[in-house]
Amino acid sequence: MATICEVTHEHIIEVENFSFYYAGVDTPNLKNINMPIGKGAVTALIGPSGCGKTTLLRCFNRMHDLYPGNRYEGKILLEGHNILDKNEDLIKLRTKIGMIFQKPTPFPMSIYDNVAYGLRLQGIKSKSELDGRVEKALKDEALWKEVGDRLKSPGTALSGGQQQRLCIARAVAVEPEVLLFDEPTSALDPISTQAIEELITKLKEKVTIIIVTHNMQQAARVSDYTAFMYLGDLIELGVTEELFITPKEEMTEQYITGKFG
Amino acid sequence: MNRTLDIIFHNTTRFFALSVLVVLGALFFVLFNEAKPAIDAFGLEFLTNSKWAPNMEIFGGYPAIYGSIVSTIIAMAIATPIAIGIAIFLSELAPPWLAYIVGMAIELLAAIPSIIYGMWGLFYLAPLLRDIWGGNGLGLATAGIVLSIMILPFMAAITRDAMKTTPAILKESAYGMGATRWEVLKDVVIPYVKSGIIGSIILALGRAIGETMAVTFVMGNAHKIPDSIFKPATSIPVTLANEFTEADTDLYYSSLFYLALILLVISFTVIAIAKFWFLRNLQEQKV
Repeated sequence: MATICEVTHEHIIEVENFSFYYAGVDTPNLKNINMPIGKGAVTALIGPSGCGKTTLLRCFNRMHDLYPGNRYEGKILLEGHNILDKNEDLIKLRTKIGMIFQKPTPFPMSIYDNVAYGLRLQGIKSKSELDGRVEKALKDEALWKEVGDRLKSPGTALSGGQQQRLCIARAVAVEPEVLLFDEPTSALDPISTQAIEELITKLKEKVTIIIVTHNMQQAARVSDYTAFMYLGDLIELGVTEELFITPKEEMTEQYITGKFG
Repeated sequence: MNRTLDIIFHNTTRFFALSVLVVLGALFFVLFNEAKPAIDAFGLEFLTNSKWAPNMEIFGGYPAIYGSIVSTIIAMAIATPIAIGIAIFLSELAPPWLAYIVGMAIELLAAIPSIIYGMWGLFYLAPLLRDIWGGNGLGLATAGIVLSIMILPFMAAITRDAMKTTPAILKESAYGMGATRWEVLKDVVIPYVKSGIIGSIILALGRAIGETMAVTFVMGNAHKIPDSIFKPATSIPVTLANEFTEADTDLYYSSLFYLALILLVISFTVIAIAKFWFLRNLQEQKV
């Protein structure tokens, strides 16, 4: 059994006896995971490649459903409601739980349309409301100063770091409850990385964040809780400072001290 | 020794590569040279003169040019939406096994020799159309339909390949925003692969405009501008295929070469536009 610390934040998500199977594979890729996610906190998922951290992240917005044959077992409760339910409205779920990817993914449209995209999907048509929310999202992501005067130019014309902040603005504009970050800085330079990390710290005032990262320093810098995973098992969930200074599991210690990885 | 081999190898391959330019130049030269008497006799009026009267030594290329362009437009109008629909289904919607089977069928269809499409058009489609819209069932519309079926597999296959270049992560981002399949297609996939789609359409256009065999069977071979697309007409390749054996005077012979030169110029222009469009779009996306 994994060592799970006490999550003092209110629990927005409870993962209960959760296993995940990729299509055509009989052995689970994630094995009987139990963990709470604190509301308004940043939870980092760390572990060596192939440990299942990204796989777990992609369960929270049911991204695995895009590819036939993948299977979930157990429960993931979002505010008490099991999102793994067969009748779950995935479109609604994904407006509540947004996602940022390893690489910036601006859509082939203008900066404005990128940020307005989710809002338009939700049926917002009023120009003034769109304008207001696009501006607010870009200001929140510290992008307004850089792009406010060229909202009509293509999102793909921005630099990598700006593109990633644009993607965050796009995700934040629809006011989700949870944001999933899948190694959001792996394609970025150190300065852009720092900007994204600052954003994450600021964002948690209004949204719960789960972040997958390869970079332990990053987990230590941005997160309140850290979950260490290994070969599909959750080994330890701890308050971040405690996990990195006094890990309870031997395997966690070996990983954070660089004995394997 | 090695160095000598290297030089020989370098020069041999360079010779092969440069021979492409030589062939291209030679082709233009011969066409132009053979067409020269007709160019001297008719000038640019050849393009607009619709009278084709070999016994009076009057030759006008307009009916053939008109037929080539109109039958191609008809073919494109029919084939483009269907090909894009097929490509969308195969790349985005179909379960993998079905996409595989249909994809194979499309590749096979694309490999059918065009004369078989022509035979089908003449012996099956034309009688059918005769019953529907009267006349003898041959003409621009029939040629357009046969052409559309001929270029459809090719167009669908390359459009599908273009659509598959959309990065999975980009589509996932859109799904992750709560987009439906249709919205992902409309807002992300199609804009992303726009230039690929345009490219495939233009390549298909290039094929259609120069197609000979299939069209020769069903065009009806009438050297005039028909007053309806349901009546017999001709096109440049059709005229060339039919009339070289009958070209008994120098001017007749030369006029056919003039037509061939025009076809070459049209094809070149189409491809040049395609590349310009295509490349320009690709560059826009890269920025």
